[in-house]
Amino acid sequence: MDSLISAASVIAAGLSIGLAAIGPGIGQGQAAGAAVEGIARQPEAENQIRGTLLLSLAFMEALTIYGLVVALSLLFANPFTS
Amino acid sequence: MYLSNLMNTSLLLSGIEVGVHYYWDIAGFSVHGQVFMVMWFVIFLLLGASLLGTSKLQRIPEGWQNFMELVLDFTTEIARNQLGESFYRPWVPFISTLFLFIFGCNWAGALIPWKLINLPEGELAAPTNDINTTIALSLLVSVFYFYGGLRKKGLGYFKRYIQPTPILLPINILEDFTKPLSLSFRLFGNVLADELTISVLTLLVPLIIPLPIMGLGIFASSVQALIFSTLAAAYITEAVE
Repeated sequence: MDSLISAASVIAAGLSIGLAAIGPGIGQGQAAGAAVEGIARQPEAENQIRGTLLLSLAFMEALTIYGLVVALSLLFANPFTS
Repeated sequence: MYLSNLMNTSLLLSGIEVGVHYYWDIAGFSVHGQVFMVMWFVIFLLLGASLLGTSKLQRIPEGWQNFMELVLDFTTEIARNQLGESFYRPWVPFISTLFLFIFGCNWAGALIPWKLINLPEGELAAPTNDINTTIALSLLVSVFYFYGGLRKKGLGYFKRYIQPTPILLPINILEDFTKPLSLSFRLFGNVLADELTISVLTLLVPLIIPLPIMGLGIFASSVQALIFSTLAAAYITEAVE
């Protein structure tokens, strides 16, 4: 494999997962904080809040996972190498 | 590939294998055999559980029947929460099957020590860590929500594309492609990420340290099954409402 392509792929893989983690990280923090606030206000709604929180956390996590898929395809199934 | 060769050297305690498959040639198609084996295992497990649960039906359930009714209640609840009281009943089998199959696949990959069985190439793992499986499942969801919508409204179903305004037509059409894409990538990425994290951690520290991550992986994979079936139900709701 061309060493330049492999070096660029490794850097890009690291960047793609790292950058993709920033936004969802902030979003998940806010969502979890709001959920804790909601539980503190209304402890009896805890189960419902937990269910909604988990579902929305998984949605946000999906964004990072897309970055991971890109990183993995760069590392293991790179289309630019023959 | 240089990288995957590096990862597969015998120097490492636990190889990380992505994109290495045990190919079977069936009627001109080459298929990923390791996926099929685990998938058949899961299918037989689910079939066995449901046969065992329904073989001696009693009015007051006991033992295995009790457990299966609990499971069915849970999956029915997923369908009912999304589809609403009046539509949910015909979709319960589909949603339940999706949930149980994905759940079974994820947990079969996480809980059973497949490493003990050696394959000539590739390794046995959760079938959902192969993108072909997840794409097949999500295309199934696409087919079913089209079927549901067409059956409910006939050709009037396509009016949905120009609502609320015809300007949104391209976006509405695009949505039909992004739905299966995001469904399949989410499941595939999550399952693969769990397995990769565990293998990287066992590579660094083989004892004890990976255990909490394994626990997290088991939890996350059950949540993924829940999310896949919830989203399938939500897409069907959008189509039939």
